[in-house]
Formats: sequence, structure tokens, C-alpha cells
Amino acid sequence: MKKLAIAAATVVAGALAAGPALAGKDLDTIKKRGSLVCGVNTGLAGFSIADSQGRWTGIDVDVCRAVAAAIFGDANKVQFKPTSAQQRFTALQSGEIDVLSRNTTWTLTRDAAQGMVFTGVTFYDGQGFMVAKKLGVKSAKELDGAEICVQSGTTTELNLTDFLKANNLSKAKAIVFEKIEEAVSAFFAGRCQAYTTDASGLASTRSKDAKNPDDYVILPELISKEPLGPAIRRGDEELFAIVKWALYAMVEAEEYGVSRANVDQMKTSPNPGIKRLLGVDEKNDMGKLLGLKADWAYQIIKQVGNYGDVYERNVGPKTPLKLERGLNALWSKGGLQYAPPVR
Amino acid sequence: MRSIIYQALFLAALVFVVWLLVTNTIENLRARGLKSGFDFLNSRSGIPISDTIIDWNPDDTFGRAYFVGILNTLRVGIIGIVLATILGTIIGIARLSSNWLVAKLASIYVETIRNVPLLLQLIFIYAFVGNVLPDQLNPIVIGAGFYLNKSGLIFPLLKLDTAHYIVGGVLLASLVAMLIYNRWAKRRQYATGVAPKRLLPSLGILIVPAVAAFLAMGAPAEFDVAAKTRFRFIGGGSIGPEFLTVLVGLVIYTASFIAEIVRSGILAVSYGQTEAAGALGLTRGQTLRLVLLPQALRVIIPPMTSQYLNLVKNSSLALIAGYPDVVAIENMTMNQTGRALEAILLIMAVYLTISLSISLAMNYYNKRIALKER
Amino acid sequence: MAVSDTATESAAIGPPPATTGFLGWMRKNLFSNVWNTLLTIVCAYLIIRIVPPLVSWLFLDATWGEAAPQQCRAAEGACWAFVTEKHRVILFGRYPFLEHWRPLLGICVLLTVVLTSCFRRCWRPWIALVWIGGLGAFFVLMFGGDVPIGLRAAAAAAAGAFLIATLRSSGSTRSLLFGATALFALLALAAGPIFRVIDGVLNAAFGTGPLLAGATGIWFEIPTGLGFVSTSLWGGLPLTLLLSILGIVVAFPLAILLALGRRSKMPLIRMFCVGYIEVIRGVPLISLLFVGSFLLPLFLPRGVEISDLLRAQVAIIGFSAAYLAEVIRGGLQAIPRGQFEAADALGLSYWQKMAKIVLPQAITIVIPPIVNTFIGLFKDTSLVSIVSLTDLLLATKDIALADVDWRAFYAEGYAFIALIYFVFCFFMSKYSQYLERQFETGRQKRR
Repeated sequence: MKKLAIAAATVVAGALAAGPALAGKDLDTIKKRGSLVCGVNTGLAGFSIADSQGRWTGIDVDVCRAVAAAIFGDANKVQFKPTSAQQRFTALQSGEIDVLSRNTTWTLTRDAAQGMVFTGVTFYDGQGFMVAKKLGVKSAKELDGAEICVQSGTTTELNLTDFLKANNLSKAKAIVFEKIEEAVSAFFAGRCQAYTTDASGLASTRSKDAKNPDDYVILPELISKEPLGPAIRRGDEELFAIVKWALYAMVEAEEYGVSRANVDQMKTSPNPGIKRLLGVDEKNDMGKLLGLKADWAYQIIKQVGNYGDVYERNVGPKTPLKLERGLNALWSKGGLQYAPPVR
Repeated sequence: MRSIIYQALFLAALVFVVWLLVTNTIENLRARGLKSGFDFLNSRSGIPISDTIIDWNPDDTFGRAYFVGILNTLRVGIIGIVLATILGTIIGIARLSSNWLVAKLASIYVETIRNVPLLLQLIFIYAFVGNVLPDQLNPIVIGAGFYLNKSGLIFPLLKLDTAHYIVGGVLLASLVAMLIYNRWAKRRQYATGVAPKRLLPSLGILIVPAVAAFLAMGAPAEFDVAAKTRFRFIGGGSIGPEFLTVLVGLVIYTASFIAEIVRSGILAVSYGQTEAAGALGLTRGQTLRLVLLPQALRVIIPPMTSQYLNLVKNSSLALIAGYPDVVAIENMTMNQTGRALEAILLIMAVYLTISLSISLAMNYYNKRIALKER
Repeated sequence: MAVSDTATESAAIGPPPATTGFLGWMRKNLFSNVWNTLLTIVCAYLIIRIVPPLVSWLFLDATWGEAAPQQCRAAEGACWAFVTEKHRVILFGRYPFLEHWRPLLGICVLLTVVLTSCFRRCWRPWIALVWIGGLGAFFVLMFGGDVPIGLRAAAAAAAGAFLIATLRSSGSTRSLLFGATALFALLALAAGPIFRVIDGVLNAAFGTGPLLAGATGIWFEIPTGLGFVSTSLWGGLPLTLLLSILGIVVAFPLAILLALGRRSKMPLIRMFCVGYIEVIRGVPLISLLFVGSFLLPLFLPRGVEISDLLRAQVAIIGFSAAYLAEVIRGGLQAIPRGQFEAADALGLSYWQKMAKIVLPQAITIVIPPIVNTFIGLFKDTSLVSIVSLTDLLLATKDIALADVDWRAFYAEGYAFIALIYFVFCFFMSKYSQYLERQFETGRQKRR
């Protein structure tokens, strides 16, 4: 009887709120629901953005898809929930979303005191500045006297005031906006001479929001470290492991040269590492250890791609964002992307 | 007796609900590892604020940021109320104009503005202002240090020295003297029936000593004029486009409501009153001042009060245009410190205080002018 | 003096200034004296400066129908192609693209219900059934998935029956009981979350576990064959309509209680009602939305989660209840003392007196101001965009205008939704004025 009541309560919960009625294990809730609820940005090209028909694309979005592919074997079993910078942590803490994949910087405070844990770094970033090319500014230190558009409620505005103070740019003036969209449109309307946010965000904004991207330059200085990655609520080690290893599997796949295009051929590869990763070797079922199917990583790579695929598709040099791999190249190619071995 | 039982039950329910809320909140804060308390008001904020009346530095505390926000809210509220009253009165009278075109234009204004959400209007005005004004280095030169560009209106600022403070003091003293004179004039009118001249002497008492003092001290007037730098004009005073947007939006929107109040207020005074005043030999000005206005005001004041309150409350939408009013600043505070409960309480406290003050002031005024019925 | 009617004489005097016809009208209304002439000229100048460019921007030079953004940039006038391209995301937000017919049908249902309620001859108890049915249909369409039928549906049917019984029977304690049951059953229909909250509260207080949600949740699930769409994807016009309509409908009974409480002779209840009304009216709606959005999750017991939409809806209901209460209090004050005294003389109880004598009169008088409150609320729902609900405004600003190709056409986007808001508010305000006149003539006739 009690079980029935609980089941009924859960269904009632689903009816209006689509949230868990009584918080159990997050992973169980996700499996029962049959889909992953993923908090993403309201619109940041290359990271998470929806088109006119509500189809989402971007690195952050692909991370969610990869997790869904690992859990369900189907990358489409994700509900994307756009969240503002202000709401994202509340949404995660309160259980509205399972994974927060919203270009969020990993910091000690967030990891330790906000009831969440980061699972890894999907993108190494730093805060930078963008200015109109015609101003001829070459360095952020020349910005004394400039008006700088910035979004409130993030580490960005704090980094900005620290930078201005440290470099004695006392005449520079920050113009603060509630939402990123407002800061961006004010900058492009000419309200400010400079705009500051994460460098990837600058590239994204320049490609997406500038009438003519070539009219704007991104200054060389990065004034902070911004490791961006997905986070989940505290208290579910299994989900934590799955999200973490879904990311690592994508990096590992790139290391082995297993990509979306060749993953089916690679299934017959004699390389034991690849065999382990793709779950071909039955004696070495990595998925089982995570509580997943043997082909979990295969599904990620087949449906979403390896880290390189995802990067190139969303933000790489051939996309409007034109971001070189830089820090995000594999460790073997001079970058920071490094996965512990899948074994 | 029954009423006591009901009230006891009600109280019990209320206490239960409050107890639940408090325990839940404490439990939730603990479970999420969130801190609470107002101690953050004393800690360094590190946040930038773009438009302030008093000095602001990111090293200042969240407490001072709160104060800066309150001042910004009051600034836009007070100026907004004055301008909206003026514009609203003009449009209200225009709607009653015998001139068809004027009346029609005024009513189109009222119907259009009051049927579109203020938030939408603010967003539109801000986008419009941002796109229409010239850029920072090519401003519209209005003259003598006055510029208009995407950074807003830039104007020269008087450099204050002791002489100006003395003139200010003299002006204050003259104001008192003027009030005393007016009192005397009124008493004299009641005593003798002859009204002494009031307007000219009043102005004289107010202005002459101040001007004399100013000239006596050699008329020091040095201005801080904005100068062109690499990016923009720096120096002097400025009114940012954010403030302008919020002010213009609030004034235009509220004026459309005030116009209707003024119109119905004037219509409420019957024409017989005007005729009667004429029959008593009052001049047109006296009729307006002594007969029509006091009666119209009685109808106008209560709804006008709620429009003033609305204007102040609506100024909370300033955050959409990036104007740092108290809501915007507390919102920032909330995001930097995680103290949502405290920040929201601080916001509510400000508006409640303002609302109560306006209500009390207007109630007092309303009582004074109310019709004394037998 | 005799009036001559010979043609020659009148010709000698000359024709009087025309007071009829176009010229006469112009003379009378535009050029009656120097001041007026001056005003007319100033206004005419303004009109000439503003109207023709506006008309050519809006219509003549505008790009209509489907067009690429480049074509729009080349054209001088407005780019209505933007609206053609984006109207679906503006109207329906992030609702799944292929399912847009559902919110569209939902809007039609809601509007039909509202329109029906506008006719005075429909102000009968059965209108409650129309509302229950309409809202039910709306939710079924919007949610899709499996519709729980069973106890809840039975409860809803009972709600309708009881409500009608209550309204028709005398205001006795028994019918009050009916009324309360009906209200509860109504909640059962629409508000699973309310049960979850009550359950959570009871659980936190007494450790009871789920009771109500379980008990009312015994049902059959009727599959609609439609995909389930969670409220986080709802957006655009249906969201705006839902927030404002529920904001009035649900707040209404609360407002009656608050208004009665404010005039109650019991000091404790009066103090509470005065306090609630004045505090809510003293703070801006945005602060209440913050409370809903950031604090409500803190106030609720652990494990009880409610969606963004519901949080905003709760804040809006709490807000409009305070304003409606003041409107209703106005109506109560307008009821002559004699009515109260007569009811007392008949020996009616307090609730009988209120339900049968006072409230019907008081509420009828204040229907026009209630419509005005609704207009205000309809506009105010745009504030939910600040707490990131995808209403009309946010759908335009953050989805439609997020597309860089079309970003330049913000004026067209905002003009389009301004028109939507305008049409709704304008007709509602005309309706309220019409009602006012109707009541006015009604009262005059009686005299």
C-alpha cells in the first residue's frame, strides 16, 4: 500500500512539475523518468543555443547528450532547461535539473559550499575583453577611461573590478546589466567601448551577435582562469561517476582516434584500449562497473562524437566562433585535455 | 465568545504555518550548505555600480551598495513623480480641450500608452536610445559643455567652494523669511480684508539676498567641463542613458494614468461652481485657485497617491535597462553572497517604507482638504 | 421681431458663419480662437512630421510576407518578414515545434471561456462548469501525455455539481460545507502540487508520508496520444494568458475572504488581513516574483519541488489577491447600511447575510474595476520574463531576437507583441467601460 502511495505521489509530481516528489537517488529518478533534465544557457552560440524550432546545439548541450547516451543508449533523451546565471544554482540545488551544463566556472566556493560538485572540465577558458577594432586598442591595460559592459551576478564582474584596481584603471567605468543578452546588445549598440566575459563567450558573441564580426577584436589578455564544466547535485556518487566518465570517454576516444565517423570500423580494431572503450571485449565490461550497458561509450561516440568532434563541430576554427584548440587540445598535443585511462 | 474561539483557532493556524516555514527554511539552508544573516552588509562587495549619487568604490561594503541603491531609487522616483504630474496634468487638460485635434491626440496617447506593458516600453526605449544617439566621440553638441551621446547627457558641474555654501545658507534663511511673510500676509488679509501682494514680494525676499551675497563674494563660478579622451568625454556631470530610459519610461507611462485622474477630477466639479464664483465677482485666477482646484483636488488626491506609489514600485523594473536601483543592486548582492532571503527582505523594507511614507503624507494632506460634513 | 423669410433680405445680411458641414465643424473645433488655431497648427505640424514617415515605415516601405534578412536590410521600411519568420517562437516560446497546434487550440479554448463569461446573460452558476471544462481542456492539451482520470475527474464533476448547488441554495452552513468541498475538489483537479505541498507539510510536522496525493491519485490513466510537454517548455501567449487568468480566478475567493476579513469585527483577523493587503500592495511585483522564484523552494519541506511556472503563478495570485481584495472592499463599502440591517433583522447568519445579500450586490458593482485589475495583471505578467519564464516578451527578446540575422529588427518584434498586448487590453478596457455604462443606466432606471 505504501509503495502504491509513493508511486502515485511520484506520478502526481510528474503531472504538473516534472520534478521528483521525494528525493531519492538522482540516478534512479532519471532512469524512472526516462530522460535527463539538463540546465543549459539561454543562448550562447557554440555552447548552448536553440534554433527557431527549438533544436539545441553546442558543447554544453552535447555533454548532456553524451550523458543521456551513456545512461539510456539514446542521446535524444534529454530535456533542456534554459537557465539564467542567477537561477542556475537554485535550479540544481532544488532538483529541477539533474545536470548543470551551462558554461559554469569551477571554483572552490561552488564546489564546497553550494551543494554541488563539478565533474570535470569541458572547456578551459579565461575572461577577456572585446573592443571595436576602430578604437585601435591593443591591450586591456589601455582601457582606462573606457566604459565596459558586463553582466552581473557572476565571477565576471568581480574579476573586472579586481583587474581595474590592480592595473590602476580608475577612470574605466563598468556598465552592469542583469542579463547577458542585455549586456551584449548594449555593447553592440555602442553603449560601451569594451565588453568583458569569458573568451569563448566573446568569440561566440562576436560570431553570433555582431553585424560584422571583423569589426571587433578580442584583446590578448586573459584576466582569470575559467575552467568550465558540468556539475551535479551533491550526494549521488553513481551519477557523479557516469557524468565524469562520459566526459573522459570522449577525450579518450579522441586519443585513440575513434571518432563519430569511424567508430563502427573501430569496433573491429585489435587495439585492446579501443576494445575496452567500445565495450567489444566482453571480459572487460567497463559499463557494468558504472552500472551502464557495455556499449555506453560506443553510443556516446556514435551519437555525439569524441571530444574533438564536439569541439570542431561547435566552436572550432571552421565554425563562426573560430576558436583554435589552444588549451583545449589533447595533452599529447600541448593542451590540457587529459583523461584518466578507461580500464 | 465565538469570535474569541475563531480568533484563537486562526492564531493557532497562523503560528503553525509560520513555525513550519521557519523550520523548513532553516532545514533547507542547512541542507544546501547556505549561510544566513545580515553580516554580509559589512563585507567588501567587489561589485561595480555604474551610476551613483554618492561616491562608490568596489572596495566598499554591501551595506553601502544598498544605500547607493536606495538613493538611486529615490532619485528616479522623486524626479519621476514631479515630471509625471506635470505631463499628466497637461495631457489630462488637453483631453478636455475644445480643440478637437488636441483632444484626439491626447486620448490616442492615453489609450496607447496605458495598454502596453511598462516593461516592454522600457526595453523598447532603451534599445531605441542606444541605437539613435550618436557615439561617444561624436556627440551632439548642445553648447557650453553640454553633450548628448550614447553615454547620456553630459553637462558642466559647478566646482563648489565656501562661497556657494554661504549662498546656500542665505537662500535657506530667505526661504524661512518668505514663509513668515506669507503667514503675516494671510493674517493681515483675515484681519483687514485687504490681501497684501504676495507673489512679487515673496520672490524678492527669496532671490535678492542670495544674488547679493553671491555677487558680494565676487561671483565665483568655476565649472568642471567634460573633456574628450580616447574613448569618451570624461569630467563634469552626466546623466546616463539607463537613468534617462527609466525616467522617461516611468513618466510617459504614469502620465497616461494621471491624465485620466486629472480629467475626471476636473469633470467632477460642476459647472455651477464656476458660474457661482463668477457671480461672486472672483477673477478667473481666483476661481481656479479658490473654487475649482480645491474641489477637484479632493477627487484627485486618493487615486493620485496610488499612482505615485505605482511609479515608485514600477521603478523596480529599472534593472531591465541596467539602472542600478535598489532591486538591481540587491539582486547583484544576492548572486554574489547567496543571501537571497536577506536581500529580498531588504528590497521589501525599502519599498514598504517609501509606500507607507507616501500614504501617510497623502492621508494627512487628504484629511486636511477633506470636505467637512455635518 | 418678426422674422422675414424673403430671399432678398437674408442676402443683404449675408449668410451666418457655417456651423454645420465640414468647414463649420473645422471652425468650431479647430480654429475657434487664436490660441486654438495656434494649438491646431502645432499639432498638425507634429502629425505631418510623424505620421507619414511612420506610415511609410510601417506599411509602404515595409517588407511583407517571407523574405530573407538581407532583403529586409535593403528595404527602407519595417521588416514584417521577421514576424512571419519568427511568429511561432514568439507566440509559443520553446514549446515543441511540431506540437504548436496544441497551445494554439489551448488559447482558443481559453479565449472562448473568457468571451463567454463576458456576456451578462452567462453570469449564471453554470459558467463555473464552463471554466472547469475549459481549464481542464487547456491543461490536457498543453501537458499531453497520460491524463489521470479517476478520483480527480470524479472530484471535478463533484466540484461542478456542488458549486452549482451552493450558488443556488440558501447561504446556510450546509451549503457552505458544499462550497468548501467544491473548492477542495476543484483544487484536486488542477493542483497536484498543492497536495504534494500539504503532504510535505504534514510529513514535516508529523512524519505521515504521502497521504492526500496518494489518496487522490488512484486513477486510470487515459493516454491522450500526445507527447508529454513539461511546463518548462511552455511559453509565449498561452503562458501570458494562463498566468493572468489563473491570477484572477484563483485569487478571487482569496480576495473575498481578505476583504471580508478586513471589515471583520475580530481584531486579530482584521489585523492579519490589513497587514497582508498593505504589505503586498506596498512592495513591487518583482520582489514577490523573487520570493516565488528564489525563496519558495526554501520555504517548502525537503523533497517538495514545484515548477518555475507554478512558483511565478503563486506569486502572481498572492499579488492580485491583495489588489482584488481592495476592489471588493470598495464594493462592500458601497452597500448601504440598510442592507446589512435588513439582513440582520431577518435573522440571517453572518455567512448567509454575506452570501445572499451583500456579496452579490457588492461584486456586481465592482465588476468593471475587476476587469481593470485584470488588465493591469495582464500587463504585469510581462515581469515573469525577469525570472526567466518564456512569456511573450522573453520569447521575443531572447529567442526570436537571439538570431543574429534578425537581431536588427527588434522594433518590429516589440511592435508585434505590443500590438498583441494592446488589442487585449484595449478591448478589455472598452468592455469595462461598457459594463460601467450598463450599470449606470440600470441604476438610473431604478430611480
